[in-house]
Amino acid sequence: MNKKRITPLEATNSVKKSIVKRRSKDNRLKLYGRIAIGLAVCFLLFLFYSIFTKGFPGFFQYYVTLDINFDRERIDPKGDLSDNSLFDGEASKIVNESLFSIIEPKGRKAKKQAKKIVSSGKDVRIAKMVKNDPSLFGTITKVKFALDDDIDSFLRGYIKRETPESERRVSDKVIGFVDKLNQDGRITYEFSDYILKGSASGNPEMAGIKGAFIGSMLTLSVCLLISFPLGVATAVYLEEIAKKNRITEFIEVNINNLAAVPSVVFGIMGLAIFISIFGMPRSIPLVGGMVLALMTLPTIIISSRAAIRAVPPSVRDAAYGIGASKLQVIFHHVIPLAMPGMLTGTIIGMAQALGETAPLLMIGMVAFIVDIPNSVMDPGTVLPVQIFMWADFAERMFIQKTSAAIIVLLGFLISMNALAVYLRKKLERRW
Amino acid sequence: MKKTLIMAGIFSSLIISSAAQARDTLSLAGSSTVLPFARIIAEQLGKNPNFKTPVVESGGSSVGKKGVCDGVGTKFIDIGNASSRMKAKELAYCEKNGVKLTEIKVGYDGIVVANSKKGAPLNISKAHLGMALTAKIPACYEGSGRSYNCEEWIDNPFKKWSDIDASLPDIEIRVYGPPTTSGTRASYAEMVNQKGYCGKEKIAKAASAARGDKKGKKCRAMRTDGVFIEAGEQDNLIVQKLNEDTSSYGIFGFSYLDQNSDTLQGAVISKTAPTFENIAGNNYSVSRALYYYVKHQHIGVVPGMKEYMAEWTKHWGNDGVLSDAGMIPMPKSERAKYKSAMSSLPVLTAADLKK
Repeated sequence: MNKKRITPLEATNSVKKSIVKRRSKDNRLKLYGRIAIGLAVCFLLFLFYSIFTKGFPGFFQYYVTLDINFDRERIDPKGDLSDNSLFDGEASKIVNESLFSIIEPKGRKAKKQAKKIVSSGKDVRIAKMVKNDPSLFGTITKVKFALDDDIDSFLRGYIKRETPESERRVSDKVIGFVDKLNQDGRITYEFSDYILKGSASGNPEMAGIKGAFIGSMLTLSVCLLISFPLGVATAVYLEEIAKKNRITEFIEVNINNLAAVPSVVFGIMGLAIFISIFGMPRSIPLVGGMVLALMTLPTIIISSRAAIRAVPPSVRDAAYGIGASKLQVIFHHVIPLAMPGMLTGTIIGMAQALGETAPLLMIGMVAFIVDIPNSVMDPGTVLPVQIFMWADFAERMFIQKTSAAIIVLLGFLISMNALAVYLRKKLERRW
Repeated sequence: MKKTLIMAGIFSSLIISSAAQARDTLSLAGSSTVLPFARIIAEQLGKNPNFKTPVVESGGSSVGKKGVCDGVGTKFIDIGNASSRMKAKELAYCEKNGVKLTEIKVGYDGIVVANSKKGAPLNISKAHLGMALTAKIPACYEGSGRSYNCEEWIDNPFKKWSDIDASLPDIEIRVYGPPTTSGTRASYAEMVNQKGYCGKEKIAKAASAARGDKKGKKCRAMRTDGVFIEAGEQDNLIVQKLNEDTSSYGIFGFSYLDQNSDTLQGAVISKTAPTFENIAGNNYSVSRALYYYVKHQHIGVVPGMKEYMAEWTKHWGNDGVLSDAGMIPMPKSERAKYKSAMSSLPVLTAADLKK
């Protein structure tokens, strides 16, 4: 069987035919790729759209302006501006009196309902004001107070006037009071000073993310301080110093395995070691940071090793050639050249740690914590935990607050990733 | 080199010394039903400049009861919240670890079965509700389409509410509810499946007795064939699902119904609607008490324990902030009883639990 020879013309024709087929295959592949990317972008846009439309209102809330008589005798009975004295004072009574003078509720029951229009954080607000500026004493000043979350939801239109009174959380009487305040022009809708400066609270109108944000910062700094030096040192040792033998291979395999361990396992380990054996307190960012450091270590080690391996051997040879010691080679040449890769890995590891809640569950950081932590030893929580907790609270206003907190967390994450990209671009060297 | 050694020494000694330091923040954990109320109290206590705001963890009743019993020492929590009472077994674990507890009841919470206002309202007896969601039922019901041997227990065959009773809506049974770690789940299974269904309904009662389970404890298991859907310790998630899926029902605490009374309706169970008045007046039968368990050994060690307890007494009345948040207050006599328990601190014993 001889293969039939084909003429050049036939050959060109058959190639021409097949070329159409191959090109259309090519185009189809391109199309699939575009569809995939398009879908991903659509999902992303949808996510952003839903978070931003829901979240932006979360940065704003309704306030009522009241004339407050700053009577020192009543606000600060001991006259020393101490916390105890202000706590004993009757600031909330003064606020209520001012409110009553406008809406004039009649009877005990009406008064009780009227009191709830203004957020229960009113006394704290006054205490803060006089502490910052004691010259307020003796004056009558206009002060803005947050409205209670139910009233806020009503003004936003989530609680509707049309629903029968028995089914809504705001009674007709209270709606009457709010209408009166509105007619007086005392109710304003403005940027919330609680969402960024407040801490966790059971009252959604006073809830803010400051405590969680600072907790996140503290936890992440502990995490960074532990995992970065340790990770880089491990990577350098494994790549540059250790002999390649069974033991290092074993360690290598284990590090890779560790990267795939579910993060909650690190939390259980943290509970067993740091809290049960070392006896550290629960819920503190120090323990949280240590647990997260364990979790991010493998990521950092793996990326650092890759970065070190990417440093060309000629650099090392040249350094040895002019008589540098091993230490000098590593510290003067290998590490600086590998730094961009190491930093990128670290920042990505940190970003991952920032979004974790599972390992923190076991060590008590998934908790309702009001006080803003001052150090790594004070109880604290982190941003994703705050979001998780708010998502579960029954009060309606927390829905917007949750989305607002998500926006802040996303902003935090995006800026960390942007930093990683910037560092890589800036420090990257090509050979 | 020396410098780094010294630094490392300072750092580690700092950690060790701080670890030995006593905790000055009260630490609580437990039921997600008690959490909203506990956090209100915690916040109120935190307003007092002499105390730090207690840290309140969630996790479910079993986490609270186990956590407080884990041992004595500041690395363990001080108070455990629970929406179901401690069991003898759980107390034994406490005693094994040398923990002495006082039980404080703070109020009641109704468990409601609710759905979207757009869906069909449910008016159902406890026995029928149990029949819909108990994992295994006797095989001799009309419409179950199985052998008519009442002593044989089969996987619950009911697909639609109307299969159980013609008066019920003609839609598929689909109920979202809490997971097994939840006290809400435990209480619901006990009150509805066990007591309301296997303890009351004739066929199931006889069948339970026949299999040597007179109290009907085996009936507590909920269906696992996709009819009862565990939705996690997140009651809000259930509320959201109900608004989207109007043909499904959800099981959760009364406070969530209270907050969403304009979009959700509670099922009328055994002719009683889940309202504040009905639960407080003890007419609504699916309600349970809320507790917290105080560890004696930590009183005086961790500051604020007594004050935290006292804070509850200021707000648990009929028109306190807690009832605003959806907790059902106790009658006056009970309030007085537990208020005195806060100062006399009776140690919880196995005999108390039988009462």
